[in-house]
Amino acid sequence: METMSPVERVLRAVALTLVVVFFMFPIFWIFLMSFQTNETILAIPPSIVFSPTLSNYAALITGKLQTAAGTLDIAFMRNLGNSIFLSVASVAVALVLGVPAAYAFARHKFKGSEDIAFTLLSFRFAPPLLVLLPLTQYFQWLGLSNTYFGLIWVYQLICLPLILWIVRGYFEDISADVEYAYRIAGHSWFATFRKIALPLAGPGIAAAGLLAFIFAWNNFVFALVLASADKQPVTVGALAFVTSSGIQYGQIASAIVLSVTPTLALALYAQRYLVEGLSLGAVKG
Amino acid sequence: MASTATLRKPASGFRISRKMLPYVLSLPALLVCIGILIPFFTAVIYSFQRYRLSQPWARQFNWGENYLNFVTDPAFWNTLKVSLLYAGITVTLELLLGLGIALLLQRRSTINNFISIMLLLPLMIAPALAALMWKLMTNPSFGILSYLASLIGLHDFRWASSPDTALLTVVLVDIWVYTPFIMILLLAGLRSLPTQPFEAAALDGVPRSFVFFRITLPMLTPYILTATLFRLLDSIQQFDIIYAMTQGGPGNTLTVFQVEAYLNFFQSTNVGRSAALLIILWAITYTLSNVFIKNWLRLRERARGEA
Repeated sequence: METMSPVERVLRAVALTLVVVFFMFPIFWIFLMSFQTNETILAIPPSIVFSPTLSNYAALITGKLQTAAGTLDIAFMRNLGNSIFLSVASVAVALVLGVPAAYAFARHKFKGSEDIAFTLLSFRFAPPLLVLLPLTQYFQWLGLSNTYFGLIWVYQLICLPLILWIVRGYFEDISADVEYAYRIAGHSWFATFRKIALPLAGPGIAAAGLLAFIFAWNNFVFALVLASADKQPVTVGALAFVTSSGIQYGQIASAIVLSVTPTLALALYAQRYLVEGLSLGAVKG
Repeated sequence: MASTATLRKPASGFRISRKMLPYVLSLPALLVCIGILIPFFTAVIYSFQRYRLSQPWARQFNWGENYLNFVTDPAFWNTLKVSLLYAGITVTLELLLGLGIALLLQRRSTINNFISIMLLLPLMIAPALAALMWKLMTNPSFGILSYLASLIGLHDFRWASSPDTALLTVVLVDIWVYTPFIMILLLAGLRSLPTQPFEAAALDGVPRSFVFFRITLPMLTPYILTATLFRLLDSIQQFDIIYAMTQGGPGNTLTVFQVEAYLNFFQSTNVGRSAALLIILWAITYTLSNVFIKNWLRLRERARGEA
């Protein structure tokens, strides 16, 4: 690389600092807000010096919010539980259904395989409401409205294509010769799949699962359309929270902090795989 | 693949014929998705019907009327305009900003790697929650951004609650969430470029602008295309950020396709119009994604070859 002049060095540093401030400041600010009472939040000018309080988190955990109009019951912990359950269950279902299919697509070029793979991929790019709005009526008819079962099914729209396309790439990267050798030794395809293919693609499967979890957790529109308050995840729950009157701002902030922490932690843990996952394997990280 | 066919010695275990095996393996995944295809066709039918939830008895086919009505419907043209404007502005700005940041972070160093990981965080926050974060920061009575605006003389700057600045505000949130997406893809692209052309250019003392426009940019084009089309497809369908921030308001300032369809369905209960809007949006994304998938397949093959 060419050497940089001191002026350029300074300009680059300034530009990078601005970038970091722009992208990090909102997270930092909301995090600070979650430890503040309404009095310090409303103070002008705003200050980052205040005595932190855990009362916002305590109120969320107990579900009793003190407002000007009296105590308000908000089951935010229930939303958090729903988010965890819906995301974990959706990813589990997507892995069970998607990994064998990914293996089939990677190892066997069968009739219609590319068409099927693309149909699945096209779900990733179709407007979700196109499917969701008629689905509200089918769900009513089938008795699936506001059920975890129905929601987990719809969550496959995001989880399944992700798992299928990423894991397929990992299976394709495994040399088929290893599998042939094992099969020639007299093992069934299932034993080969379980003992050879699965362990070799293991890291890829884990990465795809983590990403699918993040996407499921961050989904908003599915539950907005198909779930009532008792089944809603944090993304929808937090919105209802903001619009109810008299809520303390710090409590909104702490609800946001609790809602984003799991995905941020997972993202940091799995950051190595994010490039591949986000581009469905189109770009290698 | 040919060698798979010649191997005919499944000695033990499951006796599923080799021809059937791939179908058996992918069938469950398919069945789940077929359940999703049915509502899609239902939506197509709705879009050709006069169908209001408030007047179910008056439901009947009116064929192309929902679509024909759009021609003279200013609300539809507003939806189309806002959607295209939103997609155009966000993708252009995110591309420029993402490319700029990727170039700044190109050199591998501890600090650059650390920053690139930090910058991923906004992308991992649910867009609906990101909108709420910015809503808190732009609140007129305590928002830090409203305060900062007042410091530079913009008193009573109303961000998302004024029709003049609502688009600007949601675009800002979109940029905050999705620029890291473009940045991370382009950074991966930049770091995977072969070094020889750059070394040769440096030896020959070629000006840096020439290197950028004639070497870096052309070699990066496949990555730029992938990132752009991915973003374009998402951006023209944006719902979460806009709905969480303003629910399409103030007035009809931000009624992009999916927001308008949602409001038509649940507020004015006009199912026919809502479905027709979504079919038009689907036609746009389908065309874009076909272009995209062709490009992307080629890139994927290349990535696989180099891996």
